[in-house]
Amino acid sequence: MQQIIFFFIRNKNFLLFGLLFLIALTLTVRTHSFHKSKFVSSSNLVSGTIYSIKNDITTYFGLKKENQKLVDENKRLRALLESYKANSVATNGDSILPSKYSFLTARVINNNYSKTKNNLTIDKGLKDSLQIDLGVITTKGVVGIINSVSSNYATVQSILNTKSQINAKLKNSEHFGTLVWNTKDPNVVQLIDVPRLAIVAVGDTIVTGGKSTIFPKGILIGSIKNIILKEGENYYDLDVQLFNDMTNLENVYIIENQDAQEILALEKEVEDAEQ
Amino acid sequence: MQNSEIFINALRFIVLVLLQVLILNHINFFGFVNPYVYILFILVFPLNGNQSLLILLSFLLGLTIDIFGDSGGVHAAACVFVAYLRPLILKFSFGISYEYNTVKISKVSLTERLVYVSLMVLLHHLVLFGLEIFSLSHILLILKSTLFSGIFSILLILCTLLLFSRKS
Repeated sequence: MQQIIFFFIRNKNFLLFGLLFLIALTLTVRTHSFHKSKFVSSSNLVSGTIYSIKNDITTYFGLKKENQKLVDENKRLRALLESYKANSVATNGDSILPSKYSFLTARVINNNYSKTKNNLTIDKGLKDSLQIDLGVITTKGVVGIINSVSSNYATVQSILNTKSQINAKLKNSEHFGTLVWNTKDPNVVQLIDVPRLAIVAVGDTIVTGGKSTIFPKGILIGSIKNIILKEGENYYDLDVQLFNDMTNLENVYIIENQDAQEILALEKEVEDAEQ
Repeated sequence: MQNSEIFINALRFIVLVLLQVLILNHINFFGFVNPYVYILFILVFPLNGNQSLLILLSFLLGLTIDIFGDSGGVHAAACVFVAYLRPLILKFSFGISYEYNTVKISKVSLTERLVYVSLMVLLHHLVLFGLEIFSLSHILLILKSTLFSGIFSILLILCTLLLFSRKS
């Protein structure tokens, strides 16, 4: 017994080191899976408050650009509204049905783009009825998916994250692939596994595919920058230049799919029945 | 430790964390190079201080940076690692004078200081980027990040040491 106690006392530094290192490793590994990453995140009260104070100050520097963006969007929406009004006589009836997507606005209070696994923090949380797995976009394109929520803040797994895999398709056909990031350039992502049958050209637009419950179909992502078809492969790898400037984000929209619960429940039912 | 020393270390902890998460994490020199100056806390922690306490504080320091940066536990792991190895590195870089408790970081020669800071910083960065990228196929990226961020951090840390060294 005495021997054991002496052993502990003699090696207490090493044991402490081992224990803490193990805890740190566990935390690291936990973040590698999407749904477990809520334990240590910047959406908690202390860091959230500090980041929003900082954002309150720095946001003034980009005010002019941000206003310009919002004005541009207003212009675009106004044009859409007018064209809708013009056509509404012809298409009355089912087009007036309420949309199944609802939108919320939020501000980005912390943004990363230089690491391999980037996350953003936004200033809305549980109190604004946010939850995990909602999509986040800007006026120009996709930003990411919410992966952790506290009462006042939430973190967003950016598309600039090696863990992100978003369903995306070509705008002018239904061929779809998976959007991933190779960590090289914060404004270029990769669309992989696009079937060889698809007709692709540099400059074509890539939009979200709508195959998941997170993003609606047709949200802008970027344009094709480079086409890679390896010898003997049946799938294209495309470099996609993002419309968004991921290094300069301020106002974002959060998309909530009202039918998500229903769709997921239905899919789960089918999966369970097959097992 | 005396009261004033505890106070100074607590203040240093908070100031370094805020400096790191609010400014240095967003420098992105060349797109990916960020200095990690907060390990200055581990470097200048009293040399005759309690080693177990240092390991525990380093863990807290790293974890705080992780919480702000959403990076899991990579900073915590790297900090604990260098805190544990600190006595070895001290012995290696300052030699016999360390064992007689006569070393003061503000008084040693530039070469010794450079060796000490570089070893600590490079080890920390290697563990940090190794865990963050976590893939052997990106080993070049790990080494590149370690080297560039390391040089940046070492320069900044040496400057900070010069700036705050008290003349006696």
